[in-house]
Amino acid sequence: MTVMEQRGAYRPTPPPAWQPRMDPTPLLPDARPYRVLGTDAAADADPALLRRLYAELVRGRRYNAQATALTKQGRLAVYPSSTGQEACEVAAALVLEERDWLFPSYRDTLAAVARGLDPVQALTLLRGDWHTGYDPHEHRVAPLCTPLATQLPHAVGLAHAARLKGDDVVALALVGDGGTSEGDFHEALNFAAVWRAPVVFLVQNNGFAISVPLEKQTAAPSLAHKAVGYGMPGRLVDGNDAVAVHQVLGEAVAHARAGGGPTLVEAVTYRIDAHTNADDATRYRAADEVETWRAHDPIALLEQELTERGLLDEAGIQAARDAAETMAADLRERMNQDPALDPMDLFAHVFAEPTPQLREQEAQLRAELAAEQEGAH
Amino acid sequence: MTTVALKPATMAQALTRALRDAMAADLTVHVMGEDVGTLGGVFRVTDGLAKEFGEDRVTDTPLAEAGILGTAVGMAMYGLRPVVEMQFDAFAYPAFEQLISHVARMRNRTRGTMPLPITVRVPYGGGIGGVEHHSDSSEAYYMATPGLHVVTPATVADAYGLLRAAIASDDPVVFLEPKRLYWSKDSWNPEEPHTVEPIGRAVVRRTGRSATLLTYGPSVPVCLEAAEAATAEGWDLEVVDLRSLVPFDDETVAASVRRTGRAVVVHESGGYGGPGGEIAARVTERCFHHLEAPVLRVAGFDIPYPPPMLERHHLPGVDRILDAVGRLQWEAES
Repeated sequence: MTVMEQRGAYRPTPPPAWQPRMDPTPLLPDARPYRVLGTDAAADADPALLRRLYAELVRGRRYNAQATALTKQGRLAVYPSSTGQEACEVAAALVLEERDWLFPSYRDTLAAVARGLDPVQALTLLRGDWHTGYDPHEHRVAPLCTPLATQLPHAVGLAHAARLKGDDVVALALVGDGGTSEGDFHEALNFAAVWRAPVVFLVQNNGFAISVPLEKQTAAPSLAHKAVGYGMPGRLVDGNDAVAVHQVLGEAVAHARAGGGPTLVEAVTYRIDAHTNADDATRYRAADEVETWRAHDPIALLEQELTERGLLDEAGIQAARDAAETMAADLRERMNQDPALDPMDLFAHVFAEPTPQLREQEAQLRAELAAEQEGAH
Repeated sequence: MTTVALKPATMAQALTRALRDAMAADLTVHVMGEDVGTLGGVFRVTDGLAKEFGEDRVTDTPLAEAGILGTAVGMAMYGLRPVVEMQFDAFAYPAFEQLISHVARMRNRTRGTMPLPITVRVPYGGGIGGVEHHSDSSEAYYMATPGLHVVTPATVADAYGLLRAAIASDDPVVFLEPKRLYWSKDSWNPEEPHTVEPIGRAVVRRTGRSATLLTYGPSVPVCLEAAEAATAEGWDLEVVDLRSLVPFDDETVAASVRRTGRAVVVHESGGYGGPGGEIAARVTERCFHHLEAPVLRVAGFDIPYPPPMLERHHLPGVDRILDAVGRLQWEAES
């Protein structure tokens, strides 16, 4: 037998033909941001939900104004305002059950407050008397996260752990458009999809990462489209339409709770204020751009719907504003008191048991403080 | 009286046993990382665990170290006790942001309400002929991060005891496993594992009167070998195995140096900005009047880790250690 004949006789089984792993079409977001207010779908919205959203939006707007004022009075070290984004903040909080978890970024104190956190505790980080001013387990609100997108894998891990334990818990993580460029955004979405973790990612696309506009951040068709690459659905929603955000998030949470895995939601909104009080937005955007977004204000949109349907009158509007004023007055009064500080706290929580080295340093500071006291007398 | 037959075991086997015992004792212990499941890890430290405990508790993760540690943080927030494997020292670097910004700070950030009992296992160090990115000594980075415990075993028994202690700790522990000791053997009875020592205690591996070698991890056997060789020169060297870099056992270290009056710190990590500088300073601060000579360091050179065919020139060896001992100003005694 010749070599060629031998080769001809050898017929290996070919490797299995390549197959698509899933049809990506159902994962694709809508071509335009989903809206309810101003459309026929608005008629189906539950009046009680609309009123609740309205009261929270008015309160949220007042909270943002009060916190911004507190920075000017030196009571907060810094405040990243969510003015203009209240619909996203409030809907994210209201859509969750008590047992669920919220993972906020530093701009999301309003979402934490709308979930029930005391505003003074929520603002601890930004006042600067400690980092996290609350026990995260109490309201199931993770610490406000400053390093962008790094809270997203935490949300995935927590949701995954809950599922392993058989608990019916969903995690909702908040991130901005700038945060989607971070590696942790990618890794979190990938882990979530592979593990089918019950987690919802809400990207508040407010147009700017401090000064850098979205077109310098990504070349993707939309941020919601990024979901498809991970094998999870992407949803695009008008972030200033509180009812639409609430509905889309609600569906994503229900999907996650039912074992369907994660969803990426992009809410298109606008940061009306500068990045923080320390930023000057006139250096990178035109005033008339801000004005066009003021005309698409989340409170005005909802107010119009409510009044047109006869669900809200002047007295109702006033009542919402009065409730917001009461919250603001209480916040102002409590924030105008100096927080109690104990320098020994610096050593108390680094480890379960302070190391011998930390005990020495604690003793040193204690002695310095005693000497200071002595000198004062 | 019955005597227990001690069988030789490798450090890798002791580590596997520690993971297995910890998982059996505590249902919240989860092992996660790259290739830790079906394969049993590239060093086989997690061998058999996926089969015994299932994929939910021994998880092959996607290949992304920040994601591995980041999701472990979330799991710990929910009450689990993750044991994360970083495949190699230099592959742990993508996870640094999670480690430094969250793992090390969460307890402090939340005033103790959200501790993170996470163990991060990192095979580290050289001497195994690894190509680039497989032989780093990264302990100085971890030591410089407040909020982490940093532990490294040098013996089979310590590998078991320290890993059990690390997993049991309510604080995050970076557990550095000396790669070239994975296959080192010792008499050890896996059926009666050694008592679990608390983290933070150094141990005197060899008593001596002339000088103290302060070392840890992969350099411990090298120092013991150097101490044997030194007897030919008339030096009787004490060898202290630090075991824990954070917290640091100042007491044991200072007691030894006060006895001997001389000290050399030995490690693979680079000298500049390395652990040896901190250790030498601590010894000097505590033992100045007992010292007959400055505390010396024998460290890796301040170079990126060399290619395998040149690594023997980089790693602290017996001769370099004895040279340092010879420079401890003995002339004052003659």
